[in-house]
Amino acid sequence: MPKRDDIKSVLVIGSGPIVIGQACEFDYSGTQACRVLREEGIRVILVNSNPATIMTDPEFADATYVEPITPEVVEAIIAKERPDAVLATLGGQTALNCAIALHENGVLEKYGCPLIGANVDAIELGEDREAFKGVVERCGAESARSIICHSMDELLAAAEELSYPVVVRPSFTMGGLGSGFAYDEADLRRIGGQGLQYSPTTEVLLEESILGWKEYELEVMRDHADNVVVVCSIENLDPMGVHTGDSITVAPALTLTDREYQRLRDIGIAVIREVGVDTGGCNIQFAVNPRDGRIIVIEMNPRVSRSSALASKATGFPIAKIAAKMAIGYTLDEVPNDITRETPASFEPSLDYVVVKVPRFAFEKFPAADPTLTTTMKSVGEAMAIGRNFTEALQKALRSLEKKGASFHWDGELTKVAAERALEEAKTPTDGRIVLVQQALRGGCTVEEVHEATGIDPWFLDQIALVNDVAAMLAEADQLTPELLRLVKRHGFSDAQIASIRRMPQAVVRGVRHALGVRPVYKTVDTCAAEFAAATPYHYSSYDEETEVAPRERPAVIILGSGPNRIGQGVEFDYSCVHASFSLRDKGFDTVMVNCNPETVSTDYDTSSRLYFEPLTLEDVLEVIHAESQAGPIAGVIVQLGGQTPLGLAQALEDEGVPIVGTSPGAIHLAEDRGAFGQVLAKAGLIAPKHGTAFSADEALAVAREIGYPVLVRPSYVLGGRGMVIVYDDDSLVTYVEKATEASPDHPILIDRFLDDAIEIDVDALFDGEEMYLGGIMEHVEEAGIHSGDSSCTLPPATLGDGELERVRVATRKLAEGIGVRGLMNVQFALAQDILYVIEANPRASRTVPFVAKATGVPLASAAARVMLGATVKELREEGMLPPSGDGGAMPAHAPVSCKEAVLPFKRFRTKEGVAVDSLLGPEMRSTGEVMGIDVDFGSAFSKAQQGGGSALPRSGAIFVSVANRDKRAMLFPVKRLVDLGFTILATSGTAAVLKRNGIEATVVRKITERDGDAPGEKSIVDLILDGTVQMVVNTPSGQDARADGYAIRAATTSADKPIITTIATLAAAVLGIEAGLTEEIRVKSLQDHARDLDLYGRKDALVGTGATA
Amino acid sequence: MTTQTPLTVPTRDGHPGRTRVAATLVLEDGRTFRGASYGALGQTVGEAVFSTGMTGYQETLTDPSYHRQVIVMTAPHVGNTGVNTEDDESTRIWAAGYVVRDPAIRSSNWRATRDLEDELADQGVVGICDIDTRALTRHLRERGAMRVGIFSGDAAERGDDELLDAVRTSPQMAGAALAAEVTTAEPYAVPAVGEKRFTVAAIDLGIKAMTPQLMAQRGIEVHVLPATATIDDVLAVGESGPDGVFFSNGPGDPASAEHEVTLLRQVLDRGLPFFGICFGNQLLGRALGFGTYKLKYGHRGINQPVMDRTTGKVEVTAHNHGFAVDAPLDEDSDTAYGRVRVSHVCLNDDVVEGLECLDRPAYSVQYHPEAAAGPHDAAYLFDRFVELMTNRQTNHQQISASEGAH
Repeated sequence: MPKRDDIKSVLVIGSGPIVIGQACEFDYSGTQACRVLREEGIRVILVNSNPATIMTDPEFADATYVEPITPEVVEAIIAKERPDAVLATLGGQTALNCAIALHENGVLEKYGCPLIGANVDAIELGEDREAFKGVVERCGAESARSIICHSMDELLAAAEELSYPVVVRPSFTMGGLGSGFAYDEADLRRIGGQGLQYSPTTEVLLEESILGWKEYELEVMRDHADNVVVVCSIENLDPMGVHTGDSITVAPALTLTDREYQRLRDIGIAVIREVGVDTGGCNIQFAVNPRDGRIIVIEMNPRVSRSSALASKATGFPIAKIAAKMAIGYTLDEVPNDITRETPASFEPSLDYVVVKVPRFAFEKFPAADPTLTTTMKSVGEAMAIGRNFTEALQKALRSLEKKGASFHWDGELTKVAAERALEEAKTPTDGRIVLVQQALRGGCTVEEVHEATGIDPWFLDQIALVNDVAAMLAEADQLTPELLRLVKRHGFSDAQIASIRRMPQAVVRGVRHALGVRPVYKTVDTCAAEFAAATPYHYSSYDEETEVAPRERPAVIILGSGPNRIGQGVEFDYSCVHASFSLRDKGFDTVMVNCNPETVSTDYDTSSRLYFEPLTLEDVLEVIHAESQAGPIAGVIVQLGGQTPLGLAQALEDEGVPIVGTSPGAIHLAEDRGAFGQVLAKAGLIAPKHGTAFSADEALAVAREIGYPVLVRPSYVLGGRGMVIVYDDDSLVTYVEKATEASPDHPILIDRFLDDAIEIDVDALFDGEEMYLGGIMEHVEEAGIHSGDSSCTLPPATLGDGELERVRVATRKLAEGIGVRGLMNVQFALAQDILYVIEANPRASRTVPFVAKATGVPLASAAARVMLGATVKELREEGMLPPSGDGGAMPAHAPVSCKEAVLPFKRFRTKEGVAVDSLLGPEMRSTGEVMGIDVDFGSAFSKAQQGGGSALPRSGAIFVSVANRDKRAMLFPVKRLVDLGFTILATSGTAAVLKRNGIEATVVRKITERDGDAPGEKSIVDLILDGTVQMVVNTPSGQDARADGYAIRAATTSADKPIITTIATLAAAVLGIEAGLTEEIRVKSLQDHARDLDLYGRKDALVGTGATA
Repeated sequence: MTTQTPLTVPTRDGHPGRTRVAATLVLEDGRTFRGASYGALGQTVGEAVFSTGMTGYQETLTDPSYHRQVIVMTAPHVGNTGVNTEDDESTRIWAAGYVVRDPAIRSSNWRATRDLEDELADQGVVGICDIDTRALTRHLRERGAMRVGIFSGDAAERGDDELLDAVRTSPQMAGAALAAEVTTAEPYAVPAVGEKRFTVAAIDLGIKAMTPQLMAQRGIEVHVLPATATIDDVLAVGESGPDGVFFSNGPGDPASAEHEVTLLRQVLDRGLPFFGICFGNQLLGRALGFGTYKLKYGHRGINQPVMDRTTGKVEVTAHNHGFAVDAPLDEDSDTAYGRVRVSHVCLNDDVVEGLECLDRPAYSVQYHPEAAAGPHDAAYLFDRFVELMTNRQTNHQQISASEGAH
């Protein structure tokens, strides 16, 4: 049956900010959906609060609403746009929850826009655990025995019946939030209690433990004619007990016979039918008892998920794209397989390679958090690798993580005792357990012993033992022969690993290998194991015989992506890479993308002319460049857009003779090296905060005394603010230096004067050597000292005057010239006592590029790619890609205000005692994502951003205020205003006294450390937060005094999911936001309308175009 | 001739390492792959075919349809789950040779009783590993199925020309009549599970064990007869003759199966319900007067989309065929047995995947509803057989009832 003709417009709901458990895989799926729908001539209306996404670029939808994904706001959009249908299955749990709410409050019915792709009954059947158990039973399959509970008493009784350990699973939360194992009653009271809170329906499922069972997932697609295919099977290397998002996973399943696999397939298909998923993708998870094969159905997601993104990349079968086609009426057999073009999508992909996905964690950012992996997802990103066998794929995946210690190693002697210690440690699943397993095997533990300890299937362990065997052969060999190198490479060893085993420099290994002619070939992901010819050049490397890279004639631009998402390097960089690819393809280049992050749009096979799914290490990148140089001319390699990962390769690539386009590696060095940068500043007449470098504690003290406290200290190799702290005195400085054990001649410690009460300013600029285009100037809401990635900011700057903006412009231009930027540059300034300090300059695309592009309606990343390949700003202005005159640094008075807010993952991380980790912001970045609010003024935009970030500002109720002494003056006006707006103020005694003296009524509440006072049993502030009395918390940390109280307060607020304000500057912003929220109607406006009204391009009423095309 | 000993990983913690020697794979067009020995040492020749199934190697190897074929596995890891006592589709491995990239060192499965490689060695199946199986598959896809030889140990010591010669002088698949080589020597019966409802005569042209099992589960007592069975043998099964006749899958060129086609026509003449699978489908095609032809490289895998043209639904199916029936897709055909339509078609390449007689109780499919290995989407076809036999019984009862009334 062809496309439905009753659907002319569709509202696509996105997934909002990147959070743990819901990352840029939904940008990938949503972008695909938008493209498909538009190709079909359907008007696409999109809502997504996340500006960093590619899908929210104006060219992907007809009307793009960067607005909070709440039922109220989405209703306003529906009322305005009147779509024929709503597609919510491609935007993760956020979209699905919003859709259910819109159904329940009658909005969908009222406006006659039904859900397509899945119906509410199916969603509820899939998500309601008790109902789902019934489904499983009707399909003749088994669920884990379980009991639904709505109170602590019920939980305790149920646990008695099931016997410990039990699994706690709150209903309707995403990414397994709040779930975990309870081994005893104390665990249950803690985890179960939280679970009841997390669940929007106060519902928790208690379940028999299937810890240690094998875990599998099937990705299933169904069309409305009831055709069903299984796109991919995924096997978890980590057995049950670790969230699948935190597990190392493998595709296809490797340890099942056909009978067992077909049984899973039969159950999966029966379940999707019984649940009644109309059309689209869904994901079903199974546990299989390794002793007897008993199968338990764990859960299903009636929507596109993280696993479906992985499955799409692993197989070449674009699940989201096909799901979108199914939603508008096509059947699977009517849709061609993109890759073969000749055969239909109604088949099941066959793989002739192995795919391994490994999670990337960020525990180093949350030192207090318990790093044990559980059923609550904690990883912030993932890398995927493809190899012709498991060992190759696994080793490639581990090095794709770009994390020290993530890869297997053979350093030093390993005694049996040490191996047994590693084995003992490996019993607890943690980040890096796989390396412990490898070490245990290397040190003489048997596969059986390791299986016993970890539950990992012996087949996988045997393969890891095989890697050790190969390493031993390599170590013992007299010399490197072609046969030996080929064997070693076949099992995925990097040149770096070979170098370390052979004790020779990596460059020598590479030289020998090339001299012996041992180079990888590139195979193709083709969905069909070579049964049919593939039209899509989606490649991966392998040490095999025949390469499939086709010759080409057009000059190629190789774009290096940003690797696995991590805190500080996420979807924002993928955004820039994707835009570069689109705009350069338009200009006649072949674009070649290299990346290893399966969640992204950049690793969609139809984003670039060619895709290499490869680790971003020097070796892997050089081999891709070599292969492409054999295929045709290369115009250059872009390292500027993928964040620090490719930038870090720039010099080494240039040393190997690779043509880097844009800013040269030498210029990058000028910006990155302190001494060199100091000279750039001096020449430009600019100043940086006083700073110095120290190689020891004594030197650090000398430097700090010289420049004066407080100081900002950090190791020199810092990324994303890693290990950066503000230090107020000698003792803390010494402690810090001693803890930063890597301070060494190669890695000194950098010490900067910390500017108190400075306004931080972020600038993104484009420079062609002659002309500068200021993309935008952003003013941070938080004062300097909070990592720019964690602070909210506004564009245009909310409080800066023309004079200040002009100084910023002049300084930026001088920096661009001094460094020699060709392309994008990001500069951070601090304005203190009317002095403009340069904090840092990065000659690359920054995290804020997509935000700036959306706030100004100018495709900055596309323009940057063009400049790198030689276009001038003048040419781009003439072409219409950039505005004919002016720029984002001088926004007209009628411009709307855009506000960016960071989204922080504190709720995900618990200490070993189960308390939320501290939510204080600092110079180390910890946010996972961002949202944008755009409206007529700052208050409204800020309010929207808070709402989009999931902690909407309150409209009434009690606000708790406790501020540091230095903030007490600044708090008076905002708190007074809150009282005027009808809020009641709770405060600790000190803060309350100050308020009272200034005529502001406040109720004193006791701190947790204060003993019960006059009224025994009186609730402490923590109790009041946890019981929901407090609607918002204002808690600014005081310098160096005991932080126990502050921490308890913030942890409780995080747990209660209420907004928390930790800087006084944010309080002022929040008050404006609250006021806007109280007095104004919900106002929604698409980016296209904003751009039309802003009219930077001077097109009057012409429809806005942003130059780049999809 | 370079038959250098391949680098192999030594034995470890009491787990028997495999001793591998050099092995060479030679295609009849001269393309040569060098790898390491796998399974038995020695030499083998056959038709090179590739199978894209990612699971089910035990079923595949023991499927008699692979007789005289060298199977190239596109899935790199083979042998991970060992072999067990339950999944064999016949009493032995039929594949003439086995080509894999990364054989398992260790089997891991709760049902496994042995390592696959031991089984291959014991059954004398010569294989090769450590070669670029994707390159080989692409070669076969572009050039078509062709003869191949695998040579390991002493057999590999000869010169390349000699090896190529051995391949080029081996028999072709086109024109081969192989049923006699794979069929059962003696008839045997598979009893119905539960109440017996029907009796079926199943001609074993290379039958897989799952086929009679699925019939038995539907109350059918299956009498498996040798390929040489005559119409009298067929009519003699059970207490009162068969309720239906089944022709199985099997190796060889349908154009060479004269005896079987004759037998099938006799079945059709008698109006007995007929169901055929794979080779049985090609034979029905021939019995109806259609031609058959050899596909360039065949369909072998468990992911093939087939459209059931009766319901319009797509089923994902197991395939293993190198030949196909040449029948018109767009219209019904008039044959000696009345109107016939193409009931199933492969969506990848429009190959005829099923035939249905509109005026006789006879139908067949080219693919494998019995799966093993593969998805169970097409199991309904066995129910259709039951329906045909039920209709016939009902008609007979009605006829005898009306005759009784006279």
